[in-house]
Amino acid sequence: MEQIYLIIALAPLVGAIFAGFFGSLLGRMATNVVTILGVLISTVLSMYVFNYHVLEGGDAFNENIYTWMQIGNLNISVGFLIDNLTAVMLVIVSFVSLMVHIYTIGYMHDDPDYTKFFSYISLFTFSMFILVMSNNFMQLFFGWEAVGLVSYLLIGFWHHKESAVEANFKAFLVNRVGDFGFLLGIALVLMYFGSLDYAEVFASLNNVTGVTMLDGASVITVICILLFIGAMGKSAQVPLHVWLPGSMEGPTPISALIHAATMVTAGIFMVSRMSPMFELSETALIVVMVVGAITALFMGLLGIVQNDIKKVVAYSTLSQLGYMTVALGVSAYSAAIFHLMTHAFFKALLFLAAGSVIVALHHQQDIRKMGGLRKKMPITYWTALIGTLALIGFPGFAGFYSKDMIIEAVHFSSLPFADWVYVAVIAGVFITAFYSLRMFFLVFHGESRMDEHTSSHVKESSMSITLPLIALAIPSLAIGYFTIDPMLFNGWLDDAITVAANHTSMASLKQEFHGAGSMIPHALQTLPFWMMVGGIASAWVLTLYRTQWATWIQKKFHRTNYVLESLYGFDRFNDIVFVKGVKSLGNFLWKVSDSGLIDKMVVNGSARFVGFIGSVVRPIQTGYVYHYAFFMIVSLLIILTWVLFAGERPLLEL
Amino acid sequence: MDNSLLSLLIWLPIFAGIFVILIGNERAITARWISVATSILVFIISLSLYTEFDSNTHLMQFEEKTSWISQFNVYYHLGVDGISMPLIILTTFSTILVIIAGWEVIQTRPAHYMAAFLMMEGLIIGVFSSLDAILFYAFWEASLIPMLLIIGVWGGDNRVYAAIKFFLYTFLGSVFMLVSLIYMYNKGGSFSILAMHDLSLTATEQAWIFWAFFVAFAVKVPMFPVHTWLPDAHVQAPTGGSVILAAIMLKMGGYGFFRFSLPITPDASYEFSEVVIILSLIAIVYIGFVALVQRDMKKLIAYSSISHMGFVTLGVFALFLAYKPGAAEAALLGLEGAMVQMISHGFISAAMFLVVGVLYDRLHSREISTYGGVINSMPKFTGFAVLFAMANAGLPGTSGFVGEFMVILSAVQANIWYGVLAGSTLIVGAAYTLWMVKRVFWGAITNPDVETLSDLNAREFSILAVLAIAVVAMGLYPQPVIDVMHVTIEHLLNQALTSKL
Repeated sequence: MEQIYLIIALAPLVGAIFAGFFGSLLGRMATNVVTILGVLISTVLSMYVFNYHVLEGGDAFNENIYTWMQIGNLNISVGFLIDNLTAVMLVIVSFVSLMVHIYTIGYMHDDPDYTKFFSYISLFTFSMFILVMSNNFMQLFFGWEAVGLVSYLLIGFWHHKESAVEANFKAFLVNRVGDFGFLLGIALVLMYFGSLDYAEVFASLNNVTGVTMLDGASVITVICILLFIGAMGKSAQVPLHVWLPGSMEGPTPISALIHAATMVTAGIFMVSRMSPMFELSETALIVVMVVGAITALFMGLLGIVQNDIKKVVAYSTLSQLGYMTVALGVSAYSAAIFHLMTHAFFKALLFLAAGSVIVALHHQQDIRKMGGLRKKMPITYWTALIGTLALIGFPGFAGFYSKDMIIEAVHFSSLPFADWVYVAVIAGVFITAFYSLRMFFLVFHGESRMDEHTSSHVKESSMSITLPLIALAIPSLAIGYFTIDPMLFNGWLDDAITVAANHTSMASLKQEFHGAGSMIPHALQTLPFWMMVGGIASAWVLTLYRTQWATWIQKKFHRTNYVLESLYGFDRFNDIVFVKGVKSLGNFLWKVSDSGLIDKMVVNGSARFVGFIGSVVRPIQTGYVYHYAFFMIVSLLIILTWVLFAGERPLLEL
Repeated sequence: MDNSLLSLLIWLPIFAGIFVILIGNERAITARWISVATSILVFIISLSLYTEFDSNTHLMQFEEKTSWISQFNVYYHLGVDGISMPLIILTTFSTILVIIAGWEVIQTRPAHYMAAFLMMEGLIIGVFSSLDAILFYAFWEASLIPMLLIIGVWGGDNRVYAAIKFFLYTFLGSVFMLVSLIYMYNKGGSFSILAMHDLSLTATEQAWIFWAFFVAFAVKVPMFPVHTWLPDAHVQAPTGGSVILAAIMLKMGGYGFFRFSLPITPDASYEFSEVVIILSLIAIVYIGFVALVQRDMKKLIAYSSISHMGFVTLGVFALFLAYKPGAAEAALLGLEGAMVQMISHGFISAAMFLVVGVLYDRLHSREISTYGGVINSMPKFTGFAVLFAMANAGLPGTSGFVGEFMVILSAVQANIWYGVLAGSTLIVGAAYTLWMVKRVFWGAITNPDVETLSDLNAREFSILAVLAIAVVAMGLYPQPVIDVMHVTIEHLLNQALTSKL
């Protein structure tokens, strides 16, 4: 098996290296073949691995590939841990990546840096594999930063756009803030567990439980919160979410792959991987849950006022990541992973559908200038409809099962604040349905608001774009129904995830669960369903039925509208406090302290002091013998006088 | 003397340098070829230090010893261990790069330029391999001369100021070192460095000697607050000078802490370790902020060097607090991390200065604002520049990560707040490096001159490619580097933890 795992990880790397170094030499066709073949190999083998581990119950694989560093008894290696959790992630990542690779052929058709783009997305796939396959914290951090690097390169892919290079810089820095916490967490893991290997760390959890640091803080809690700060960066949780909307500056395929389906879920994956540790800290779980709830609700609200098609989907991604984080907080790790999976499919689908629209409209992204695309782009329309229904949790669709499970898990949670969080996630359902359908109606229904020229040229996108849409629509429709039972209640993830006995959310859910089919009729009697219906109806009224009402509401609630449109002021705050503040601090330290105080005063000052002494003494050094003779005589006189009359034992008494 | 490998490494480049001077500036092509051939030859010879190195012993290897000044018991005594051997190879490696880098750019006195670098190479190898304190001191001071000339002759507009500042600063530091070396000779009757390791010294003596050494090494590293010569020296130095200065000369300071401070004055090192740690943390954090607002690329990289070297001194002196009886790993992580950081910084700072050099050769400006959108005219070059920038920001998978990672892991165990402050480089380091990248390489072209830039030529490409391979290889597989130093560092740790009182 080890060879298979290695091939899964390395096949995209080979593709990336090939496309990166020789792509421009060998042309687009060769680049396509090599990179797509690489990812295809990974996808097929991932499915094989999934079958072996998850369906046939093969033993987890945990071995080191090579020793990265050995110091005394401390071994830091590069190695693979392949269990059911990894297997699920491998299938998601490789499948979405494959779809995005195919989609890119059409989407980036006219781009001069076509081969470079393929190189980057293959490199990303490799990095993501390394992240999910890791069996230790060092490699996890490597994958963590490597996906961040590729994200940086891809957000700034259209480097002539100032907004793109602003956004990628911001994305990297905000992620680094998260990574700062993450790295400290890793350092504390090493300090208290003496190892960076997952298995060894989890095996010695008992020795560290109850140990405190810094005047009484529980070590486990501190570690968990620091690790979670890393997750907040990567999975864009408030207040480290500010980079994700900006990341939409990148080409749409990567918004789908990196900033919706895979990389941003790395934080969710990581916390699930660390479930044995998080389960030991109630405090950390509460933090996770509350941060998730804030993100789920407040980021969703921002989706309502966005008019850029990609921004709407981006805020919806933030909100859904919030849902997953909430699930982690209430110890429903399997529900989080379940939602991660369904979300990967339907959100990738939505982004790619948005991309299809953007290409058809010659890079128009403003939904106010769209409308009536249903007839002209039927495949995009129907697949986007499936994606939207999955997102809002329409009964039967993939997102319905996963989101409902999260809401129910919160409902059963006994953590403090769980009631409030429950309100937030229920309200989130209405908001999700509202902004999703608002966008959907504005884009596909109603009157066309395009100019004549654009409107006459709109046509359905090419095969390489529609094919992935269809391929992603199928799981968006059906995967929830087929996998909810085994994934949540029948043991797919049981070995990989630890849930403490007193965290009973999932156990209670299990008792309530009577099959995927019966959830649909049952849903009709529940609040979330009617919240969703309300959301759809409101969206329909405001975008299609009575559009003037929307304008009226905007006027009436202009203050709220202002708060939402200024994105709660996070960007302004960061700009004033961090960007401007740090620059002034830097200038102060440089000009006042470094070159002023140290260099000018002390260093050059001492040089000047020496010069000054020199200038005082210099007049004496005239070079005339009679001057020197005069000084000698005077000096001799003084010394003689002193020796004769003063001193301890004067020779002559006065 | 059956083994004279080290002597060969020292004197071959020095005599080759003299020979190149004799060839003269008129026959520049011959001078260049002889220089590059010598530097490659020396590098190949130095590799046999690695291949024949026994990494299972901390004892000195490739030892040579003959009497030099018998009246004062001074010997010509050479030898290397796991600390000095990697630094010697780093020296021979970097010298090739600077000689090739100066190939076309240096048109005034090209032979003298090449000769200066060759002679400096020999002298610095002498510093790293001397086991006699007077010999060490002679090489230490002698190595200043070629660098002084390189800055003073081939430097920028304000080169004389920078050269004198550089010389006085470092010279002032080393005088104190000489005094303490002589003091120990008077006490122990020997100038042998290894004998000084075993010389018993009282707490007061150690304190005096520690600070004397400290001044010498801190200036060289350079540590806050005696760092202000470095930005000036870098800005004025020609590209090659900056490369050698950053990649190797700064390491002489770090090397001093390993070879002298810890083993000779272990108790004083322990007593004053927190002072050194705090100065290191100031270097990491404060200098990071200063780097952020620089407008001159070379100055920015110079400040970034100071910040990165802060990890070296932090890693070294965190050992006393990080060490726990029975579990030496944390302390070893710090010490070995410091070593790894020195080597890695050798690659990365060299690469960064070469990157600036490539731009400077074309537009004769180091100002960030001159550039913008360089990727449009120089895509290959930008690829390298971004890789090195990422390495400078400590991205995993590059050598820049390994040393910082190790030192942070160690610092956290010494004191969590040390780790927090040191870890802040993750943010600040990325900020100043990538902000520069953003303003120089990304974006649309604003200056029409940038449009006319030609991408890397074969010579520049190969230099940067070699460095890129080194940076990535060490990031992906640092174990070989750790292997050669591990036993030596363990021994050093023992010395540092064994009280002389």
